[in-house]
Amino acid sequence: MELSGAEITVRCLQEEGVEFAFGYPGGAVLYIYDEIFKQNKVKHVLVRHEQAAVHAADGYARATGRVGVALVTSGPGATNAVTGIATAYMDSIPMVIISGQVPTAAIGLDAFQEVDMVGITRPCVKHNFLVKDVKDLASTIKKAFHIAATGRPGPVVVDIPKDVTTHLAKFEYPKSVSLRSYSPVTKGHPMQIKKAVKLLLSAKRPFVYTGGGVILSESSNALIKLVKQLGVPCTSTLMGLGAYPETDRQHLGMLGMHGTYEANMAMQHCDVLLAVGARFDDRVIGNTEHFKQEKRQIIHIDIDPSSISKRVKVDVPIVGDVGQVLEEMLKQLQASKDKGEQAALKAWWAQIELWRSKNCLNYDRSSKIIKPQFVIEKLWEVTKGDAYVTSDVGQHQMWAAQYYKFDKPRRWINSGGLGTMGFGLPSAMGVKMAFPKANVACITGEASIQMCIQELSTCKQYHLPIKVITLNNRYMGMVRQWQQFFHGNRYSESYMDALPDFVKLAEAYGHVGIRIEKPSDVEGALKEAFKLKDKLVFMDFLTDQTENVYPMVPGGKGLSEMILAEDL
Amino acid sequence: MRHNISVLLENEAGALSRVSGLFSARGYNIESLTVAPTEDPSMSRMTIVTRGSEEVIEQIVKQLNKLIEVVKVVDLNEGAHIERELMLVKVKAEGEWREELKRMSDIFRGRIIDVADGTYTIELTGNGSKLDAFLEALDPSVILETVRTGACGIGRGERVLKV
Repeated sequence: MELSGAEITVRCLQEEGVEFAFGYPGGAVLYIYDEIFKQNKVKHVLVRHEQAAVHAADGYARATGRVGVALVTSGPGATNAVTGIATAYMDSIPMVIISGQVPTAAIGLDAFQEVDMVGITRPCVKHNFLVKDVKDLASTIKKAFHIAATGRPGPVVVDIPKDVTTHLAKFEYPKSVSLRSYSPVTKGHPMQIKKAVKLLLSAKRPFVYTGGGVILSESSNALIKLVKQLGVPCTSTLMGLGAYPETDRQHLGMLGMHGTYEANMAMQHCDVLLAVGARFDDRVIGNTEHFKQEKRQIIHIDIDPSSISKRVKVDVPIVGDVGQVLEEMLKQLQASKDKGEQAALKAWWAQIELWRSKNCLNYDRSSKIIKPQFVIEKLWEVTKGDAYVTSDVGQHQMWAAQYYKFDKPRRWINSGGLGTMGFGLPSAMGVKMAFPKANVACITGEASIQMCIQELSTCKQYHLPIKVITLNNRYMGMVRQWQQFFHGNRYSESYMDALPDFVKLAEAYGHVGIRIEKPSDVEGALKEAFKLKDKLVFMDFLTDQTENVYPMVPGGKGLSEMILAEDL
Repeated sequence: MRHNISVLLENEAGALSRVSGLFSARGYNIESLTVAPTEDPSMSRMTIVTRGSEEVIEQIVKQLNKLIEVVKVVDLNEGAHIERELMLVKVKAEGEWREELKRMSDIFRGRIIDVADGTYTIELTGNGSKLDAFLEALDPSVILETVRTGACGIGRGERVLKV
């Protein structure tokens, strides 16, 4: 029996075991929506804006490790999705985005709601397809899921013209895919691994720097074992938080532009650096020339060869799946009689403790105004450090990363690479869909939340009791901070005027709103909010307007050239 | 340094724009780019001539390999190789120039492939510098039009780029 392209599309999603498709209907995808209507295996989640559909699928993918799926119509539906796609691309998140397209005969004729989706998304997808023949549809969708989830993951767009969704073809979902032009390496080179182990054991000041790759490859356990076996300090990028328990002494906190003093100093002064699934980006090591001034040997494990020696020259490159390589290193370490440079390591730890004693994340705990850091610390306590935390972008994101101690992978969900404001609430919807019983908090600011605030409506429709924690300082805080530091206190357009009454707004959407104005009310409000298990609670914390994120490595400066809170 | 990078890629719509898009998005320079199907019609071979430091060339090769439709990438400069480019030059061939241009074309082992009352079209192959030399040898006033394919290249001896 032959099926229509629309039915084939939905059957493919079923075959892939897709639980949720986040989307928004429109002319070009009407036949696909008709097929969605006729079945109940793939649950469709109707968002209020296509950007949110992609962010929600992204949040789902980050929390579960599975491929997130979004479905949008042609033209504006497709362009609205682009920000979400670019967000996922920068953070290597496995996603399949199905977009409608005008009928094949109309392509190129400036048809109503036509846009060259394949062209527009080309620089921000892992791959994309335009399906012109219904006979290729099933195999293309199979390829899309395969490409999205393997190697260095990423978003894949499948653009389907409307007539293709009506054409008939025999449906057979391929069991496997083989692409002669795509076969990611997974096993690391044995000689390189041997070299790496030897180098690590010879280190006097070893340091382990881990990124999002550890989380993507599910190799948190291997990482923990390796770091424990070596007894060395480690750090994590913004994207890697939670892969190694942050409450453990061997973890020095996040590194980078707003990393801890001890992590940045250790990164700068180590003699052997093991970089795992991280990419030495500008927000992590700052000025590369300054970074190169200290001599160190670098081992870099990454599944993407183009991440290696991109910004910083590496001595021992290992291309492969992070998990497999770490396991192999661990095996060799355990078999080795060499116990490493124990005396030197002890001295290194003493130095690190000295750096740590600066207590760089200290802040004024006796303040009469709510300090944003205090809210995050209390959130961590109230949720026992076990919530899924999504965030938007800005100061609140950095405070969340600094003060919420993530002990498990996939708990911290934020837009690290692209830095997309508006990501927090929709991604929290995806997480809550995946884990309805878990505590899900969205840490946001009064500016970011307004970029996708319409999703409060989606949350109502699908009963998603997310806890929205707004650190409301009436400023685009990070913009204001940079203006204070680098633009002579000229706060150009960074004041949030005419803010809505968030409590009333939340209530208008059918949720609970709370405004918190005193430090003494913070803990109580959080406890109350999390007690309301089946309610979305929008918490509007009025926080200190002048608070800044410290430490800070100013743009273009070296890692050890931090501005600390105590300097000012 | 100048590098000649050869790429085997799926002969599919859009593959070329993925490559050219990669170069523009990442700020790599393209001196020339040629592409045509190979003896296996499902695959195309592309030759890109580019310039950059060793680090940049390494990134270019890695980034090209990352494109899903790219099957194989070789930097021909890693070994001995031959490069050829084809040029067609239309020249004003009147009076005494008619004989002179014929001689010039012979010296450069070119061929006159179109003759009209006042013009010749000369076909010339060689590496880029030979074609440059030919143009420089001509009086600029006689050159009416030039078109060049851009370089294509192949490894010497048993060095083969194949799937």
